Amino acid sequence: MNSPLKRTPLHDAHVKAGARMVPFGGWDMPVQYTGIVEEHRAVRAAVGLFDVSHMGEFEVDGPRALEAVQSLTTNDASGLDIGQVQYSALCYPDGGIVDDLTVYRLAADRYMLTVNAGNIDKDWDWVTSHAPGGRWRNVSAETALIAVQGPKAERLVGRLTDRDVTAIDYYRFAPGAVAGVRTLISRTGYTGEDGFELYVAAGDAARLWAALLERGREDGVAPIGLGARDTLRLEMRYALYGNDIDATTNPIEAGLGWIVKLGKGPFIGRDVLEKVRAAGPARRLVGLEMAERAVARHGYPVVKDGAPIGVVTSGSYGPSVDRYIAMAYVATPHAGVGTDVGVEIRGQVKPARVVKTPFHPSRTKK
Amino acid sequence: MASVPAELKYTKEHEWAKREGDRIRIGITAYAQEQLGDVVFVELPKVGAKVTAHQAFGVVESVKAVSDLFAPVSGEVVETNAELPQKPETVNKDPYGKGWMIVVKPSSAGEWDHLLSAEQYEKFVAEAAH
Repeated sequence: MNSPLKRTPLHDAHVKAGARMVPFGGWDMPVQYTGIVEEHRAVRAAVGLFDVSHMGEFEVDGPRALEAVQSLTTNDASGLDIGQVQYSALCYPDGGIVDDLTVYRLAADRYMLTVNAGNIDKDWDWVTSHAPGGRWRNVSAETALIAVQGPKAERLVGRLTDRDVTAIDYYRFAPGAVAGVRTLISRTGYTGEDGFELYVAAGDAARLWAALLERGREDGVAPIGLGARDTLRLEMRYALYGNDIDATTNPIEAGLGWIVKLGKGPFIGRDVLEKVRAAGPARRLVGLEMAERAVARHGYPVVKDGAPIGVVTSGSYGPSVDRYIAMAYVATPHAGVGTDVGVEIRGQVKPARVVKTPFHPSRTKK
Repeated sequence: MASVPAELKYTKEHEWAKREGDRIRIGITAYAQEQLGDVVFVELPKVGAKVTAHQAFGVVESVKAVSDLFAPVSGEVVETNAELPQKPETVNKDPYGKGWMIVVKPSSAGEWDHLLSAEQYEKFVAEAAH
């Protein structure tokens, strides 16, 4: 039944640092080192390191690589420069989401897709059985990924490389040696802070992690677990696959209409998504703020005047906003900012309001 | 190993109980708050409510988890920590002190004797960890 949990190349470093390890998407991952709230604040105030090596990477190359990416993903990759990244999604023919991902244009005819850890096998089957062409390679096992996030991330990474990282714009990347290790320096992240994601060969990951911790001491660097990764992304209203989006939700109702480019040509899910856009989605993923101390959690009903109107997909105390916040699908008539709703928590309805998102201002590089 | 004060009694649900004359003060152990992580919500009963041994009397939530609070003994709630719902992090900072939860006037004297000693609780936690 239970297959053994997979380990990233940094597993030993986490255990030695005293992290609390938990199963996540088939992986044994650190949920926290010192405490979720403290780690969350370290990222907003200084800089944090995240081991996200469990995420998957697929490469596709050849003359039909772009055609393959275009037919599988909802965003338009045709205009990507070499060195540019794009947020996108894989959809089923019914518009449901296979996964959300980032697309990297590595070279003229070569792309990398970074996918969620728990979806690697499913996505690999999906892309290889539905792509019209391209040579596909699953490089997940040989690729580690370290996110360096926070207002001091640029200083820290800049100190460890000859590459002028200030010249790498948001959603751009460049190859470069960091701490003597070959990496792909990507100005992306999942926290709402400025920062980088460093793609590195699995065998070099421990050396890079140790160097970042050592040389980042003066910046107040801290290793950050998945717990704070979740509260940081929630404050930005970034969707988490499996919580906020999945096969039963489409990108338009999830607020990801901006990555659905109907005009780019055919892609899987396009016909259904065109209809959803024309008719308008029946429900929308919104931000909720609880009126009092109350934690709305995944699966809790959202109600209005005693009737169910939706469901919470993610919720927590938000350490930086110091409010109890949530994301929820709410029937479109009740999805407007300022609408008063209720969240049913253990049989009691707690007042909440639909609010503007992100909950916390984004400080990514513009 | 998280601290387990010798003078308190304990439950397998990780509450502590402290005798204060004919009343019993109740909270959760240092081990419990460590396992929970950052506490962000505490819900306590009202003064006058009846609690029953081994049954839930309140709720504590951390960023990641929801846990029921279980009464070590049966009785009537005579005092609650009114500050706690406003400052839930106190449970992490001082679980045996300012992080106390309720004070109960027990209705059945025998229940106290069934609680775990510090030594028994320490052994229970050590075994649970393996």
